[in-house]
Amino acid sequence: MSTQPSRFPFFHETTTPEGAEGWESMYPYYLVPDEETRSEEDSRFWFADTMHWSRGAHPFDSIGAEAVYLGAGQNSTRIFALPVSLGLDVRIVNGYVYISPIAVEDPEKIQERVAHFQERAGFYYANWDELYAKWKVKMEGAISSLGSISFPALGELDPIEVVTEARGRSTSWNIIENYHRLVDEFFLVWQYHFEFLNLGYGGYITFFQFCKQAFPLISEQTISRMVAGVDVLAFRPDDELRGLAKLANELGLVETIVGNSQPDALFALLAESPEGRQWQAAFEAAKDPWFNYFAEYGFTHDQETWASDLSIPLKGISRYATKLAAGEDISRPIERLQEERDEIVDEYRDLLTSGEAAQFDQLLQLARKVFPYIEEHNIYVEHWAHNVFWQKAWELADFLVSAGFLNERGDMFYMNRFELDTVLFDVVESWAIGVPARGRKRWQKEIARRRPMVAALQAENAPPAYGIPPKEVTDPFAVMNYGVTTERVADWLGANDGTSANLNGIPGSMGIVEGPVRVLRNEKDLVLLEPGEILVAPITAPSWAAAFAVATGVITDIGGMMSHAAIVCREYGIPAVVGTGFATARLTTGQRVRIDGKKGTVELLDAVLAPEAAAVAMTADSLKV
Amino acid sequence: MYSVEFSEDACLDVREVGGKAAGLAQMTVAGLPVSPGYAVTAAAYREYLSQEGLRDFLDGVLDSLKGEPDQQAFDAAGEAVAQRLGEVSLPESVRRDIATAYEELCRSTGLPNVAVAVRSSATAEDSVGASFAGEFETWVDIVGIEDVINHVHRCYTSIFAGRVLSYLSEKGIDPYAIEMAVVIQKTVRARAAGVMFTISPTSGDRSKIVLEASWGLGLSVVGGEVTPDRFVVDKVGLEISERLLGDKRIEYRRGDAPVAVPADRLEVLCLQDTEVLTLAAIGKKLEKLHGGPQDIEFAVDEDLADGANVVLLQCRPETVWSNVDRKPTFDPAAGVMSWITGSISGATGGTSPDQLHAH
Repeated sequence: MSTQPSRFPFFHETTTPEGAEGWESMYPYYLVPDEETRSEEDSRFWFADTMHWSRGAHPFDSIGAEAVYLGAGQNSTRIFALPVSLGLDVRIVNGYVYISPIAVEDPEKIQERVAHFQERAGFYYANWDELYAKWKVKMEGAISSLGSISFPALGELDPIEVVTEARGRSTSWNIIENYHRLVDEFFLVWQYHFEFLNLGYGGYITFFQFCKQAFPLISEQTISRMVAGVDVLAFRPDDELRGLAKLANELGLVETIVGNSQPDALFALLAESPEGRQWQAAFEAAKDPWFNYFAEYGFTHDQETWASDLSIPLKGISRYATKLAAGEDISRPIERLQEERDEIVDEYRDLLTSGEAAQFDQLLQLARKVFPYIEEHNIYVEHWAHNVFWQKAWELADFLVSAGFLNERGDMFYMNRFELDTVLFDVVESWAIGVPARGRKRWQKEIARRRPMVAALQAENAPPAYGIPPKEVTDPFAVMNYGVTTERVADWLGANDGTSANLNGIPGSMGIVEGPVRVLRNEKDLVLLEPGEILVAPITAPSWAAAFAVATGVITDIGGMMSHAAIVCREYGIPAVVGTGFATARLTTGQRVRIDGKKGTVELLDAVLAPEAAAVAMTADSLKV
Repeated sequence: MYSVEFSEDACLDVREVGGKAAGLAQMTVAGLPVSPGYAVTAAAYREYLSQEGLRDFLDGVLDSLKGEPDQQAFDAAGEAVAQRLGEVSLPESVRRDIATAYEELCRSTGLPNVAVAVRSSATAEDSVGASFAGEFETWVDIVGIEDVINHVHRCYTSIFAGRVLSYLSEKGIDPYAIEMAVVIQKTVRARAAGVMFTISPTSGDRSKIVLEASWGLGLSVVGGEVTPDRFVVDKVGLEISERLLGDKRIEYRRGDAPVAVPADRLEVLCLQDTEVLTLAAIGKKLEKLHGGPQDIEFAVDEDLADGANVVLLQCRPETVWSNVDRKPTFDPAAGVMSWITGSISGATGGTSPDQLHAH
């Protein structure tokens, strides 16, 4: 039998999915592995960031990979000078995003960076609340700036105001300028994203280290329970659903809402009664901003928000309303949760010596100070800012359709951001000159070539890693956020030889549960989830909370104990195993598993699903879609 | 009344029931379960000595030991007392109260002719200030009213045994300063037994309670004759975080010799979750009571009903980790920015800061 391999395949050893040959040409050159940088790429460890890109990325969507790792690098490497970690290098391989933590190894360099870090990070920790308040203002500014962008269709002539106001500048230039603003604001938002995140993790990790030293066997869940907020922004969208379910119950509308899954039909029905209209008004009031919420993570152009697909929040409301009508209590008992948290803290504190207790108090206070940012920033960045960004991107696509350049709005996303820039110039200049855009045919042909390529990339799963793994994964963010630990990497290597039947992951949320799985690759499939099923997904976003009302457990491909899935599962008391690497690829809907959220294990109960059964399950899935 | 149950207030009176019985009563009152039973009070002993001129007889024997008697003289005196006391049975009032208490114990345990241990629980004036541990005898598996009464009788006699008399003389203690109360306690029929630490004995983690248990009496666990089942419980929140099946091929049904564990119990955990959690709650209570981690011996009595079947056998302070001088995780002088710098620069997930500074 084969022994465990010591490394993952190198980029150049991977095979291109059939029909996707030449995929490299779709992305900016620096995102694609290259012959020239091969030896460096081969010497590193790369893991899949399926947490943010759970499917192969359309060319335009690779802008997210640029923005995220620009912001992460700027803040880690250049602004705050993290002593031992620089940024995360990034590549796209077969459409999937891979990242590689870059370490500082020279002891002298580390010492220099320590001094800078202490000065720079120290300033932020010392003024955290004030700076965080400023951050919110900056973010709100960026979001409203994104919102002010528009791409109106170009008419036959510029408006008369261009003349009467003696602007001397054609409105067509706004298209170019606004596209640049759209891109710039997006990159800015991602710099803001990392302004506090690493420092937030730093504060939390320090408390974490303290607890691990004082209580060597303490679970990660217990530590985060001592810190996690109970009444934070992250839970607000879900709380809105609970509130609307409660109102529906009070107004006697549960049957109407549960019985009508089509939003239009439901709202037509509701409009007929005063109670219905009252409920609808409350629903409308909750929508902005709370339903500007991606059902997944908001990193791809084709994801729905609750607001863009109202059936998602309505399904959530239905689930809560059904529970409520059955006499269940759906409220989140904030006071009780807070009391429980305080009790846990007091009891642990009582076990410490007075010297330890002093550090415990200091570090718990620090962790609690920084934690709201960790919990809340996604709402601002991934949900609110991304929501506007993608809306505007779609408006730009509509502009290109109106200009006759594209046949379908979705076609725009087959161009990367630089290609799109040239296309816009072509369109605007050709309009200005008064000739047809030169690249129309050329791009329609290219898009027709790319469409099946992207589909072929998306049909494949991403292997969890490439390259040579480190002896020990020490990058705190790889560990905390992505769940990429030394043990996980060893599991992935072991799993590569195909001998391992069960799956291991990171303990996300305590508890043991057994049941059939529902494998979902896409938030649109969330409605398929049936009560009693264990949800299996590349990731789960906080916005899936309503689904947790029916899921009995959660398994994800990627994510650490600080991933949003784990945080929310702990809050809702659902067992979760995150960061398994392969769950969506290995498991089939209908298969029975036992998950242990404390150990981080997924045990297959039907060892191998008969091929017929698998086929039936697949068909069932596709039919429901 | 010459007999009082552990759960009665009167059983807390150490002068009347002796240290052993009062200790058991204290635990019972505090919700720390011990094998059920009762004490026969010192008043019963006094009542006995007031029978048929026994006191005069004893005065005579004790007078004969004035001067510098040798061990032989003590032994001879002991034998004389044993013979004389053997001729005088316990007074009817005392017999009746012992019988009533024994019948009540049979009733409450649901076991006719329950087997009990009869243990001396000597009382002494505060001025005595000496320990009698191991001086007096204990009998186990005593069955039936008559035999129980006989053994109480033997307890009384044991105060005047030759080696006790010489010990008292050596310590300058008047034998009359000692009075004999007696503990009558159900013999533990251990379905399973073991030890519990209110600290992780391997890591020193104070937030864990660790239990090791095997089938039968705790002898096999203490003697290392089995690999016990292992349970780890979170002290905060009282949740079982680990259950590890051991390798338990033998068990002591009685204290004498081990027997093979039947096949149907070989692969089975010897404690149920409810029992583990009951024990952990007790461990937590004992730790609080004594102000530090404890090392506790326990058993699960198969005769007793679920929920009342967990009994404590012994409790002493844990000494290994409790005596370690605990330093805080981070250098207090370095300050919080330095702590953060260290933490952010290394591995998480169980790596200690010491390892972290190594690179």
